Amino acid sequence: MNAEQARASLASTFGVEVAAGVPLVVTVAPERWEALARYAKDTVGCRFFNFLTAVDWKEQGLEVVARVDNLDENVALMLKTKLGPGVTRCASLTPVYRGANWMERECFDMFGIRFDGHPDMRRILLEDTWEGHPLLKSYAVDTPHPPYR
Amino acid sequence: MLDVNNTTRVEMDWSGPERLQMNMGPQHPSAHGVFRAIVTLEGETVVAVDAVIGYLHRCHEKLSETLTYAQYPSIASKTDYVAAMTSEFAYVLAAEEIGKFEVPKRAQYLRVIVAELQRIASHLLWLGTWCMDMGGALGGGATIFLYCIRERELVLDLFESLVGARLLYGFFQVGGTRYDIPDGWAQACRETIALIDSRIDEYEEMLEDNAFFLARTQGVGTVSRELAQDVGIAGPLLRGSGVDFDIRKNVPYSSYGDFDFSVPVETAGDCYARYKVRMAEFRQAIAIVRQALDTLPAGPISSRPALKSVAQIRIPKGEAYARVEGPRGEVGSYIISDGSAKPYRMKWRGASFSNLSILPLIIPGHKVADVVAIMGSVDPVFGEVDR
Repeated sequence: MNAEQARASLASTFGVEVAAGVPLVVTVAPERWEALARYAKDTVGCRFFNFLTAVDWKEQGLEVVARVDNLDENVALMLKTKLGPGVTRCASLTPVYRGANWMERECFDMFGIRFDGHPDMRRILLEDTWEGHPLLKSYAVDTPHPPYR
Repeated sequence: MLDVNNTTRVEMDWSGPERLQMNMGPQHPSAHGVFRAIVTLEGETVVAVDAVIGYLHRCHEKLSETLTYAQYPSIASKTDYVAAMTSEFAYVLAAEEIGKFEVPKRAQYLRVIVAELQRIASHLLWLGTWCMDMGGALGGGATIFLYCIRERELVLDLFESLVGARLLYGFFQVGGTRYDIPDGWAQACRETIALIDSRIDEYEEMLEDNAFFLARTQGVGTVSRELAQDVGIAGPLLRGSGVDFDIRKNVPYSSYGDFDFSVPVETAGDCYARYKVRMAEFRQAIAIVRQALDTLPAGPISSRPALKSVAQIRIPKGEAYARVEGPRGEVGSYIISDGSAKPYRMKWRGASFSNLSILPLIIPGHKVADVVAIMGSVDPVFGEVDR
């Protein structure tokens, strides 16, 4: 599936606006997050799992972002879902992409998002006893935090 | 607070063959940095690997939110300190994409030259340390290591005369490069790469005629094409598994389209295939540097005024993901800008992080001695894994 076909089929399947461009940015509701990834992999052919991360939009809540690629036809997808204010749970993409395992652990570590269905949801870069999630905007950079030692 | 009992790594009620949990690292010489692998063994065979990383974590992503677009490129070097040019490259490309800044042709060529020299230096360090990991089998394994370090020093000498530093450069800045090449540098560079070109033949002869080397690498650590993409490993690992994808070729950036080079691909997916890909990449990198030096255009090295203050570079609201083909694969920087002098959010896609995450999937089933061969063939740099 080339980029234009991918754009049209994603827009019609998920009922969302998808602007033409590189990458194609697709935003869905959290309930359809895993379905979107599965569609991207099986139908669009984006078998290459690039990265998964999150963005803290302060009072608007967290947004999870994943990037996947179809290397054969140069289709790049940026998948996004807004979890909503105060929500820290999201469906895991590990059943679809094995590469999501460490990326979601990092995302949990840095943002405190728990991925439902992840086989091994523990911190990865910080130690297990660390308090707080550093990439949240509420986590100050210039004051020492309790586990700082 | 994390529930420490909720881990999948301990199987206390195991009733099969006797199992042993063994710690490799974090100070193991083959760890190429600080990496701890908790391996579960049945006899000599590994049945499970739990990778413990984060010893070098500095939270570059938080740090980048506190530093301006003028300041951060030289800090970006510190993510992958073995290929510092690559990280700087990815960061400035992302900022330039959002800001729609032009980069003069000369600066693009200079970027290509340093990026390819960096690839040569990085691959030399990989080859030397990997062969030393497999040590005795290669007949006093330090030989190759010392040869490679000798050649890598020559490349670092070039960088030193270019920017004044040997490891972390700060060569890139948004809109161009910070320095132009000094007089006589191009000639010194040509002589260096000609020398390295001839030495690579020597290494290949030493290794590929060595039955021990072949036995330790062929058929070891095989990654299938499907698994490679699913996990998102990149660079020589991906191409060693038969996926013909190189960002320089498929999504050219910074004038890579101007140069004639090929993308080596191997299909076996084992340590030897990854070795073959990297050895071929040496020659391609040398070819690209030669072409870039031959056709280096005259002109300015930056489209931006000289930096007078740290908050001078402002880019509009927007987001961009820029990626470059580093020595270890896709290094990407995902910047979200809110219109100020600092990014609102910056995500590093470190090639080593993704590459390393394949270890727990491919090591089980191998002997303990193969763990170091496989780990070395992945070529992780822990500054980039932990960021």
